[in-house]
Order: sequence, then C-alpha cells, then structure tokens
Amino acid sequence: MSVQPMSVPDLLGRDQFEVDEDEPHIVVDVRICATCADKPCVAVCPAQLYTLGADGALTFDHAGCLECGTCRVVCRAGGIVRWTYPRGTFGVNYRQG
Amino acid sequence: MSEDTEAVDVIVVGAGLAGIACAYRLALAGRSVVLVERGTTAGSKNVSGGRLYTYALEAVEPGLTRAAPFERAVVREQIVMMDDDRSMTVSLAGPPAAAGDLPASVTVLRSRFDAWFADRAEAAGVMLATGIRVDSLLIEDGRVVGIMAGGEEMRAGVVVAADGVNSFLAREAGLVGELSAHAVGIGVKEVIALDAATIEDRFGVGPGEGAATLMLGCTAGVHGGAFLYTNSGSVSLGIVVSPDQMTASGTTTHGMLQALKAHPALRPLIAGGTTLEYAAHLVREDGWRGVPKRLARGGFLVTGEAAGFVLNLGYTVRGMDLALVSGVAAAEAIVAGGDLETAYRAALDRSGLPATMRAADGYADLMGIERLYRTYPGLVLDVVQSMFTVDARAPRPLRTQVRAAMRANHVPLRAVLRDGLVGVRSI
Ligand SMILES: Cc1cc2nc3c(=O)[nH]c(=O)nc-3n(C[C@H](O)[C@H](O)[C@H](O)COP(=O)(O)OP(=O)(O)OC[C@H]3O[C@@H](n4cnc5c(N)ncnc54)[C@H](O)[C@@H]3O)c2cc1C
Ligand code: SF4
Ligand code: SF4
Repeated sequence: MSVQPMSVPDLLGRDQFEVDEDEPHIVVDVRICATCADKPCVAVCPAQLYTLGADGALTFDHAGCLECGTCRVVCRAGGIVRWTYPRGTFGVNYRQG
Repeated sequence: MSEDTEAVDVIVVGAGLAGIACAYRLALAGRSVVLVERGTTAGSKNVSGGRLYTYALEAVEPGLTRAAPFERAVVREQIVMMDDDRSMTVSLAGPPAAAGDLPASVTVLRSRFDAWFADRAEAAGVMLATGIRVDSLLIEDGRVVGIMAGGEEMRAGVVVAADGVNSFLAREAGLVGELSAHAVGIGVKEVIALDAATIEDRFGVGPGEGAATLMLGCTAGVHGGAFLYTNSGSVSLGIVVSPDQMTASGTTTHGMLQALKAHPALRPLIAGGTTLEYAAHLVREDGWRGVPKRLARGGFLVTGEAAGFVLNLGYTVRGMDLALVSGVAAAEAIVAGGDLETAYRAALDRSGLPATMRAADGYADLMGIERLYRTYPGLVLDVVQSMFTVDARAPRPLRTQVRAAMRANHVPLRAVLRDGLVGVRSI
C-alpha cells in the first residue's frame, strides 16, 4: 500500500478514541458563531470538526477531537463557551505520539 | 476534608517529560509524590516531532539514555528548501560530538517513551495516578494546598503544574495569562510505518541510526515548516504552522500535510508506508519572551512547557530537553525548601536553562521574517536552478541571475537587506 493523501475521516480512523457521550469537553454556541466573520476554527482544526453548512452556518462535533487546543486559541468571538480536556480516560489515546 | 496524615509532600500534575522528571527526582530524594495524569497511560496524550537531546536525560540521572527506549540515534541532519514542486536539500552526515559514546540526540515516540519513563519513576516510589483529570487547584488563604479532581480533593505541601502547553493550572494560579494565537504553532503529524531496512536505505543511515529533516517553503506562505524524523520502524512526518495565518492562506492544516506527502521530494521517502496515527498538538513559539515573570507562588510552581520552556529555532525544536531539565530544577527547588520562587530560579540558573533560552531570544525575530516561508525558498531555488541550467548560450553572470530571480519573486533589494539585518542581529 502506498502513502496517499488521506481524508480526515480516514486519518482519524487510524486513531483510538474513547468518546465521552455524556459530557462533551468542548461546547460551541453556534448563535455566537453566526456573528463571527472569519471563523478561524474551520481552517485550523486538524480533525475538521468545525464545518460550514451550505447556508454558511457552523456546526461542531467533539468526537474525533485530537485535544490540541488550537480552536480555543484562535476563537476571539467567544463561540467556544467551554473548552476543557475530556474527563479522565476519555478522548484520544495516542499509541505512537 | 482529608486528614493531614493523608496529604503527600508533592502532587505533580501531568506525566509528560517535565512532570515525570520532577516526580522521579523527588522520589529519589525521599519525598512522597503523587503524579496525576489524565491519560490512561503516561504518554497517551503526548505528541512531539521526535528529537530528544540526550544531555537532558543524563541530567535527570547519569546513564538514563542507555536505558531509554529511544528509536534511533540521529547521525544525519537535513534541511530541505522547497516550493510547489522543487526542492534543495542540505544534508550533514556524521554524528555530532557528544559526551562519551552517547548520541547527542535520539528520536522518540512519546507513547512508548513516556510510559517507560513513568514506570521508572514508579519503581523509585512515585505514586502514578492515571486516568484522572485535575479540574482545579485547592487554594486556602492565598496558598495552594492541593488539587480538585472529579469532585474530590487531594492535599499536598506543594503542587507542581507540569500540565503542558495549554496549562490551565498555571492560569488558575495567576502566573500566566491567556495563551495567544501568536505565541503558538499548531503541529499536525502522521506516523507512517516503514520497515527498518527501507528507512536505512532511503536516509543513508545504518541500523539504529537515523535522520532529522526540517523543511521550509512547504506551508503555503504561512509562518512555519515541516519535519521528518526516522523511528525504528516508522517515520514521523508533520507540519508546524502559525494558527493565526491559516484562514488567510486559503488552505487547512490537514490539507497542508496531505499536500506535503504528495510533494516530489517527500513522496519517494514515504512510498509504500502505512499511516499508523494522526496526531495534533500545540507548541509554544515565543521563547524566553513567553516565560512568565513569576514561576511560583505559595505551595505551587510551574514547569516544562506550561512555563513556556520551549525553543523553536526553525531547524530544531527544543521542548523535551527543556522539560526534563526544568522538571529536575523544580524538584531541586522543592527539596531545597525556603521560598519556592528563589530556590527555583537558583536551580534553573544552575541548569543553564535561562541562559540557553536568552541566548536564542533573537530567533523569534528571525522566524518573524515572513519572506522566509515562501519567497526566499523560491528565490534560492530559482538562483540555484539557473546556475545548473546549461545550454548553447553564454551563461549570464551569477549576479544577473540573482537579480533576475529577485525580480521574478518580487523581492526588492532593500527588503533583502532589511531582512538580512534582522537575521544577522538575531543570531
Ligand atoms: C509537532 C510538535 C513537534 C515537536 N518536536 C519536538 C522535538 O523534535 N524535540 C523537542 O525537544 N520538542 C519538540 N516539541 C515540543 C515538546 O514536545 C514539548 O515542549 C514537550 O513535550 C513539553 O513537555 P511537558 O512535559 O512540559 O508537557 P507535555 O509533554 O505536554 O505533558 C503534559 C502532561 O500533562 C497532562 N495533563 C495536562 N493537563 C492535565 C490535567 N488537568 N490533569 C491531569 N493531567 C494533565 C497531559 O496529558 C500530559 O501528559 C514538539 C512539539 C510539537 C507539538
Ligand atoms: S482541540 Fe484541536 S482537534 Fe479538538 S476541536 Fe479544537 S482544533 Fe479541533
Ligand atoms: S472562531 Fe469561535 S466564534 Fe468563530 S466560528 Fe469558530 S468557534 Fe465560532
């Protein structure tokens, strides 16, 4: 098999996750996002968890988060109302690092 | 409220290299230590490019490098300048001088490395508590007296924040402010499996030996670069870029790394490989300027990348060695007793860390030269390519070729002079 450019879902499929279904560690208020002009989270998130719909509205999903914190540092408009690490044992489990 | 007898001497938060080094040295000095880590194992949340300078392991404990599960000893250093389809590689072979017969630097994979290091700390008496996320500090009368995790409190004489780049604890303690997007790079990385013989063939190294490769000009003009490190049976390929400039670049962090994999300079090096893992992590890029004025308060100190102890020199990142060295200094300060800030500063000074970081302070200005990330690599490639272009015509003098390349790349001479001045002043 040759190394090809891979899609995000394919790449995330190589990782191991323990998704916390009860308590999302990142909470986004999309009403605030509607007022955010450049939406920097979209281009930076390596897991592409911030996506724009056809209507330009933002949606977010915490499953697949690599816990880097980049969205948190670029979000100036305040749409990310909560950003913590996942609860203990939850989240990504790097086996290489 | 827990009894005093239940309290330990020290709680270290974060089983990365800084936290493990600190806890290990405290245990060796006879202190009772709990090392709290949110991951299920030490290393399961940690990401680096992969080069560790061994002097720092030896500073934790002489002989540690030999015992460590590193991947390969770095014997080849490469810098690749590239644009969309061209590249020029500078390759320096031959191991750099190091003390004894130790390699000066080795490649590591954190999941394996940190787990081993934490095991060693446990064997020395550290109580490792994994799968626990510390939620906040316990503060009484202006003094940090413990931590809160999952609604429970745990008390200690001293709490050490070794919780890495996003350090929420150092912020809660009031020692650092919000992390700014200018102060960090986002690293996105793939670990790609390749067999050992293939790696040795492609990188021109022997068994157990490896290469460290840094790439410039592959980030769509965004402040940053890429790295490629050889492991035992895989390579670590990644980009580190300024998150601030991504939106304007018209590409994404994911797209940039995938484009790099398809670049003619990279493709043959990773051909036939299988991606094992996709990872991302922030890294501080503001050097000494990002280190807080105060590193301690009553019952609390901050160490490792949480304290900003990272140097990004462009051709190499030094976060792991500084994490180890600062973790040791934190342990020494706690053992010394008295005022934590004073003892910690003294221990850090003895380690040479502040002097090292101050000496590299100007690199932030050098790295701030925007033309470094697209224009200059293109310019250099144009000049070199024209040098190697031979046909029936009389060759143009090199200075004419350089001027033509500067025009083609829209670089006025005064800009080169200005950047050159910044560059010379900064190094
Ligand atoms: C892409 C990339 C490439 C790099 N390349 C290199 C390189 O080649 N060489 C080099 O020397 N450095 C490199 N670095 C930098 C280096 O990886 C870091 O500076 C170094 O790992 C910092 O060590 P640390 O112990 O301070 O923090 P970390 O290694 O980040 O450890 C922090 C630990 O704290 C835990 N933690 C955090 N919060 C909590 C909490 N609330 N409760 C419990 N546990 C918590 C985390 O899970 C983690 O285990 C690179 C960094 C990146 C991102
Ligand atoms: S922390 Fe990183 S991976 Fe997770 S959502 Fe934010 S940018 Fe994406
Ligand atoms: S940057 Fe923040 S406010 Fe803007 S779209 Fe993203 S999450 Fe919403």
